[in-house]
Amino acid sequence: MSQTVDAKLTKKDFETDQDVRWCPGCGDYSILANVQRLMPELGIPREKMVWVSGIGCSSRFPYYMNTYGFHTIHGRAPAFATGIKVANPELSVWLATGDGDGLSIGGNQLMHCLRRNVGVKILLFNNRIYGLTKGQYSPTSEEGKVTKSTPFGSADHPLDPCVFALGAGAGFVSRTVDTQAKEFAVVLRRAADHPGGTFTEIYQNCNVFNDDAFLNFTDKAVKDEKQIFVEHGKPLLFGADKKKGLAIDARTLSLRVVTLGENGVTEKDVLVHDETNPTIAAMLARMPFPEFPVAMGVLYAVARPTYETAVEAQHGRATAKLGQGSLEKLLHSGETWTV
Amino acid sequence: MATLGEPGASGSSPAAAGLKKIKGAVVRFCGDSGDGMQVTGSQFTATAAIVGNDLATFPDFPAEIRAPAGTLYGVSGFQINFSSEDVFTPGDAPDVLVAMNPAALKTNLKDLRAGGLLIVNSGAFNAQNLKKAGYGTNPVEDGSLQAYRLIPIDISKNTLAAVEGSGLSTKEAGRCKNFWTLGLMYWIYGRPMDPTVRWIEDKYKKRPDVAQANILALKAGHAFGETLEISHDHYEVPAAPVAKGEYCNISGNTATAWGFVAATELMGIPLVLGSYPITPASDVLHELSRYKQFPVTTVQAEDEIAAVCVAIGASYAGNLGITSTSGPGLALKMEAIGLAVSVELPLVVLDVQRAGPSTGMPTKTEQADLLQAVYGRNSEAPVCVLAASTPGDCFYMAIEACRIATKYMLPVILLTDGYVANGAEPWKIPKVEDLPRFPVKFRKEPDGFHPFLRDPQTLARNWAIPGTPGLTHRIGGIEKDFDSGHISYDPKNHEKMCRTRAAKVQNIANDIPEQKIAVGDESGKLLVLGWGSTYGALHEAVRRCRARGLSVSHAHLNYLNPMPRNLGEMLKRFDRVLIPEMNLGQLVQLVRSRYLIPAESMPKIQGQPFRIDEVEERIRQMLES
Repeated sequence: MSQTVDAKLTKKDFETDQDVRWCPGCGDYSILANVQRLMPELGIPREKMVWVSGIGCSSRFPYYMNTYGFHTIHGRAPAFATGIKVANPELSVWLATGDGDGLSIGGNQLMHCLRRNVGVKILLFNNRIYGLTKGQYSPTSEEGKVTKSTPFGSADHPLDPCVFALGAGAGFVSRTVDTQAKEFAVVLRRAADHPGGTFTEIYQNCNVFNDDAFLNFTDKAVKDEKQIFVEHGKPLLFGADKKKGLAIDARTLSLRVVTLGENGVTEKDVLVHDETNPTIAAMLARMPFPEFPVAMGVLYAVARPTYETAVEAQHGRATAKLGQGSLEKLLHSGETWTV
Repeated sequence: MATLGEPGASGSSPAAAGLKKIKGAVVRFCGDSGDGMQVTGSQFTATAAIVGNDLATFPDFPAEIRAPAGTLYGVSGFQINFSSEDVFTPGDAPDVLVAMNPAALKTNLKDLRAGGLLIVNSGAFNAQNLKKAGYGTNPVEDGSLQAYRLIPIDISKNTLAAVEGSGLSTKEAGRCKNFWTLGLMYWIYGRPMDPTVRWIEDKYKKRPDVAQANILALKAGHAFGETLEISHDHYEVPAAPVAKGEYCNISGNTATAWGFVAATELMGIPLVLGSYPITPASDVLHELSRYKQFPVTTVQAEDEIAAVCVAIGASYAGNLGITSTSGPGLALKMEAIGLAVSVELPLVVLDVQRAGPSTGMPTKTEQADLLQAVYGRNSEAPVCVLAASTPGDCFYMAIEACRIATKYMLPVILLTDGYVANGAEPWKIPKVEDLPRFPVKFRKEPDGFHPFLRDPQTLARNWAIPGTPGLTHRIGGIEKDFDSGHISYDPKNHEKMCRTRAAKVQNIANDIPEQKIAVGDESGKLLVLGWGSTYGALHEAVRRCRARGLSVSHAHLNYLNPMPRNLGEMLKRFDRVLIPEMNLGQLVQLVRSRYLIPAESMPKIQGQPFRIDEVEERIRQMLES
């Protein structure tokens, strides 16, 4: 079968003829552009790529990607993606979801997709609000959030998507921001290249219902001080001049912020990021803001067999042991008698 | 003297080997859920099948895995009707009741026919068990069982004596009593023990001591038959005259699973079963999980919703997605089934119905999901609905569900129920080359493609799967434009799409067999119309009434949506239509509204199948008064 030419694909090839229907100024436009920019670099023919989604603003994503796309029902995209991967492991399957779709109604499906390590690239757009239903609080909204459905403030405690993903046993957990194209590209490329399922949380600004939700760490004026971009094998340094770092407090087994040159602190005291270490990943994901910066980049990455390869292997073993299934044999496999 | 079964045409004259020839018998084994009654019943069934009897079985067990010993709600039963003639149901009233403890006696005695043989394990009739069953005095001793031929045997003690020296603990040795009982029943009906001996050896190959003890118990029970006062109850049930061929004994759930496996070969694509365990459907998941050497993948999903979504995802990618469940699970899957209706992807949903609402009675049978299957989704979301009428029929209806789903690109709901799923019957194994092939064709041609292009005849859209160059497209649950497949909120287009999806389902009527009369004339005073697992009881009841000269016929539906194209015309050829079903009257609603006839309802909703005699009585009331 002939494949469409891959090397020559451009961002434009991944755009569809559909009008993009997000609100003007929505962070989703940045995400779409970032994703469309990366896709040609992956060398994957468009027809081998499937974008799956549930319901919500983020879930309109497949309509705007000129690949195969399946816009499904609320919260269940991970289950559809599992079916697609099991039926055809060759496909490159991507999943767009949101904090409501993925963590509220679809929490169970997301958890089990991550636990099984289905080879699906999951992008969770976290805007800490319900957009498409016009502005109710979400499971990632901060405590006391005043919205239409919580005029006296929400009583709920929020969950952190990356902590959730790590807890569910994801093999790859990363975090980025909609408008930070450079870091976004690094994280997305790592996700694409990772052999297995990946989870990427994308802080996404909803300029209509939750504007500037992330401004206190994404604003240019504070970004360097309030974010730390973690890289495997490199010391966990941040700040405009990289003078601040994260160190382990051995007495409390927790992280603390240190400043190089103060109190005799040198770079040797700073923790080196090991993305295969689940404890470090969990500490980075859990860092309280604003006492700590927000960890961005690949928090955790380990390769383990995917669900679909394990399923395929079982077929292989069964066939090797029993031979190719024969319907004739099956129908006569029990105790039979002839009249 | 009453015999242990129905006398044959030749009467009960002693045969050469001292065996009296009888037409057949209905035997029920009952005991504690830990007494091994299902194994006993299954083995008795396997042997009856091997000697060539026609048969039907009815396992009836509690939802509790191991209910507290001796309790009324922990009683497990297994009934078999075996005969030298055609058998349609597991039988109304047992000729023989084997009760392993007082609770089993208490819950089952009412069904035993007057004068029937009652074998009780007197060893279990101690003060504690009698109290648990609510007996003030011991019925075995107080004369209250005089209407039956009571034979009390201390089966527990006899079993222990038989397996003495086998090295088993007293507890393990005691567990052999079901095989002792089976041995006795084998003697009464002149059955061979070899098939069961082989089964025991295979089942316990890792515990030869247990195998040996069970075989000793089986043989001891058999030998016991020669003694005591039952030595004159020694019968022969000859083979039934059935069509030539190779047979096996098959349950509905196994037949359904095999039908799905067969479909992979007939349609030429793999299947993916997404399923979440639920009684009484789990055996289909278990069965299909064993066939990894076939193009059959099973995913035990995290919940019912994920299970159906996995299946739809697989269909999207070019396999056939199937999901198996029971009523509560079907309720959970409905939103996703609506998506499959909207995106027009093939999907097969198996609903092994059970008694509801809510959890209801999970191990008991019912047919009350019909309206849920036909109507249970938001908005206009028609699907094809099929039902299987016997265990063997499950095989063919499973294949038919796959054929219709892939040809018409829509969900098909196949309804079976606990009765047909767990019941078993001898099944003539079909020749693979005789099964109809329906190879799936995927769209490959990019020219003029859009995802909702339709076959003008079936109205099915073309199936274009990811991986195909030149056909990249997006589908979803938002309404689509008829002419381009793009998102559309156009009012007229929405109506056109709703009508198209409905017409597609109706078109199936042109592609399924016309409804046939199962027994009786093509017109007359009364038509008994049924669907699903009630086939046997209705069929036999109508046969018996016809033998009395009554003008009654029986028709049985496999296709519930759409219904066969000639059904309306058939119904109008009868003065009256009676619809017995295990619900409060669901098919009768569909028939009344579709065909505008005053069909009459015979509902039964007791978690138990229809008995022949109750249907027969209703027909006689209608026609003889």
